[in-house]
Amino acid sequence: MPKYNFTVNNRQVSVEADADTPLLWVLRDQLNLVGTKYGCGVAQCGACTIHYNGSPVRSCQLPVSAVGTGKVVTIEGLSEKGDHPVQQAWVEMDVAQCGYCQSGQIMAAVALLKKNPKPSDEEIDSTITNICRCGTNVRIRKAIHLAASKGGKL
Amino acid sequence: MSTSSVSRRNFLRVSMIAGGGMLVGFSTLGKDEKATMDETPFSPNVYIKIAPDGKITLVSPNPEIGQGVKTSLVMLIAEEMNVDWQKIQVEIAPLDAKYGSQTTGGSGAVRSRYTPLRQAGATARVLLIAAAADTWGVAAADCYAENGFVVSKIAGKKLSFGELATKAASMPVPANVPLKDPKEFKIIGTRVKDVDAQAIVTGKPLFGIDTRREGMLFAVVARPPAHGKKLQSFDDSAALKITGVKKVVQVKSSVAVLATSTWAAIKGRAALKINWEDAAKLESTTDHDKAFRELLSKPAATPNRNDGDVDTAMASASKVLDVYYEVPVLSHAQMEPLNFYADVRDGKAELYGPTQVPQNLVATVARELNIPPANITLGLPRQGGGFGRKLRPDNGVEAALISQAAQCPVQVQWTREDDMQNDFYRASGMFRFKAAVKDGNLEAWQQSFACLGNGRSPDTYPAGALKNLRIESYSLPTNIPTGPWRAPTHNVQAFANECFMDEVATELKKDPVAFRLELLKKAKEQPVGRLAYDPDKFISVIELVAKMCNWGKTPANTYRGFSTWFSFNSYVAQVVEIQMEKGKPKITKVYCAVHCGRVVNLSGAENQVQGAVVDGLGHAMYTKLTFQNGAAVQTNFGPYNFVRMRNTPLDVVVGFVPSEENPTGLGEPGLPPIAPALANALFAATGKRFRRMPFTDDIQFA
Repeated sequence: MPKYNFTVNNRQVSVEADADTPLLWVLRDQLNLVGTKYGCGVAQCGACTIHYNGSPVRSCQLPVSAVGTGKVVTIEGLSEKGDHPVQQAWVEMDVAQCGYCQSGQIMAAVALLKKNPKPSDEEIDSTITNICRCGTNVRIRKAIHLAASKGGKL
Repeated sequence: MSTSSVSRRNFLRVSMIAGGGMLVGFSTLGKDEKATMDETPFSPNVYIKIAPDGKITLVSPNPEIGQGVKTSLVMLIAEEMNVDWQKIQVEIAPLDAKYGSQTTGGSGAVRSRYTPLRQAGATARVLLIAAAADTWGVAAADCYAENGFVVSKIAGKKLSFGELATKAASMPVPANVPLKDPKEFKIIGTRVKDVDAQAIVTGKPLFGIDTRREGMLFAVVARPPAHGKKLQSFDDSAALKITGVKKVVQVKSSVAVLATSTWAAIKGRAALKINWEDAAKLESTTDHDKAFRELLSKPAATPNRNDGDVDTAMASASKVLDVYYEVPVLSHAQMEPLNFYADVRDGKAELYGPTQVPQNLVATVARELNIPPANITLGLPRQGGGFGRKLRPDNGVEAALISQAAQCPVQVQWTREDDMQNDFYRASGMFRFKAAVKDGNLEAWQQSFACLGNGRSPDTYPAGALKNLRIESYSLPTNIPTGPWRAPTHNVQAFANECFMDEVATELKKDPVAFRLELLKKAKEQPVGRLAYDPDKFISVIELVAKMCNWGKTPANTYRGFSTWFSFNSYVAQVVEIQMEKGKPKITKVYCAVHCGRVVNLSGAENQVQGAVVDGLGHAMYTKLTFQNGAAVQTNFGPYNFVRMRNTPLDVVVGFVPSEENPTGLGEPGLPPIAPALANALFAATGKRFRRMPFTDDIQFA
């Protein structure tokens, strides 16, 4: 089986996997980074969102062979102490219900704020396309605004 | 150990922990079992543990599925013990008969635990105070508990709960510990953030899907591709050649592929060559819809309820409204696709995974695998949504069978497609509503409901408010599995009822809010037959939502729809506001008024209602599942269309009617009235009635 070397959360990793293995399953099954969630496998729900070279990517669609020397950041590597402004805003707004989709939502929100530090409602709505079956969308929008107001920088 | 009977069915038990500390727990046993219980050794798995170092642990009996139960239950004991809720650790209890029913469903967790947990907390407080008073040689009445300490008013001393715990466990348990006067509540009714919030936002392994154990294989299962098909034969030679695939086992009519990673298992499954055969009729949605219409055109079945003389009133009416409403099949689509861990070897089973019915799951595994229940352990993780799907134990039972067949620990992972094809679906159905109108009055009301599988209209509002009323239900036999889905039956009945109510109000040229109030006033003053609801509570939510949105003064360029419903002993009234953007409706704001007894966690309660609104709006606008020859046509998000941020109202404002009564349900009641409120707003904006869900079959949203 081919071997792949890349950087996850500032750590060099080396994995053996079939070339077509989605990064999602490499993270979850081989690197034990289970904060990145499986929800649909077809890039619809966004539960598997990670940062790839700083951009939000649905890891169910990124084959491990395409990662190359790129830098991968998962929810576990977003901040050292779990205190990224977006994580703090999520706790402050008490966003989660079941909580399953929230790591993907947070990764998507962090990427949005990096590009657009003060997004409008419309900009949030057109950028964040993740699915939450619990319907926490209203609080997600408010949490993004809260993080933005605190300078939700990386 | 001391025991105290605090009610006919609940027995409070207090004991010392080996090595120090106190346990306070409840046993929900019958009265006759008391004597036996006193003689049996006391198990440490109880509700509250207080360690000598002051650490307090609540062992929560109910699985957390996103309804916030872990947080609410902590608040109840923290309130009665006078301790900071943040000092209390929560563990979800493994399955054990001593906890009573651990089922999560029917919006019942807080409802059923409200009083017992407060009693446990209050008892702990009284015993800690007694231990302190005894230590200081003062009267208990001269001491009080505050923030994790017992303080003496006279001696000017204080001792921590941890220091007192061991001694407290030996103090006699009082028979009737008074609960706190709600006027003194400092925690119940406030906003408390989810106790798992930090773990959630940092991606900690909280869920069943995150289970990783030594020697475990990942399994993906080929199940029949359509309802009505079964396994005939299979060839696994190509599958076994896939790198990482270790084993292939047949379980009932399915074939499981076990591999060293989920992806290898998925590829292995794709490489299976399987012949499926037809074992029963392969059903299609178009046939169901035709059958519903035929059922509803037949003479009345035996009615669920029949007040007055509907037929005579219809015959003498000046106008009869006669309309149909349609609702589709829905999948549960909880965000965490089904999964389960099982290790079944040597006549023992270790199980871990998401379920809403732990007892049922273990009983079924015991029966199907022929293992004594005593040899089965079941752990309950946090769950990525329930919505009723996990009221069936099939995911856990299947995993156990696979592990037994493969003789190794296994984590069975369902793909989203597996989840949607193998659901116990929300049944589709059709309603026929008739109303007799004469001299500007509603004289008679008839509601008939035909649905897939067994369904029955609830005997509830507006029954009791109308002189002539008939409720009828028809079942369509099917081999498509159906089951409870968030607010079962209510989620379709409210849509049809409250849309039709709006149609009647329009016909009578009455304001929709005033019309409901008029009916409820009649139900209160001159009820007809059985009254399943409290008209005053109903009126209270309608009046509150009207006040919240300033009903009657609609903002410019805005259209409103109103609806109200009663379910799980809670009352909800909602107003949806929409605006038209380039001819397309956009939902801008929603107002909700709720009567659910006393609110335990204001933040959690508000979140549940806001979530139910967004969830209900999304399904009303976009979501349906159809069948073609027994196979689900929509098998993943996308075709199975779902609400996203851009279709979410900018705000969902929630108001609670203040109440001194014990909590009633809240995980579900916010959902039923939202679809009709939206349909009624769409009528206000377009002049068209939207009588079938999802509405995107008939209109595009902005």
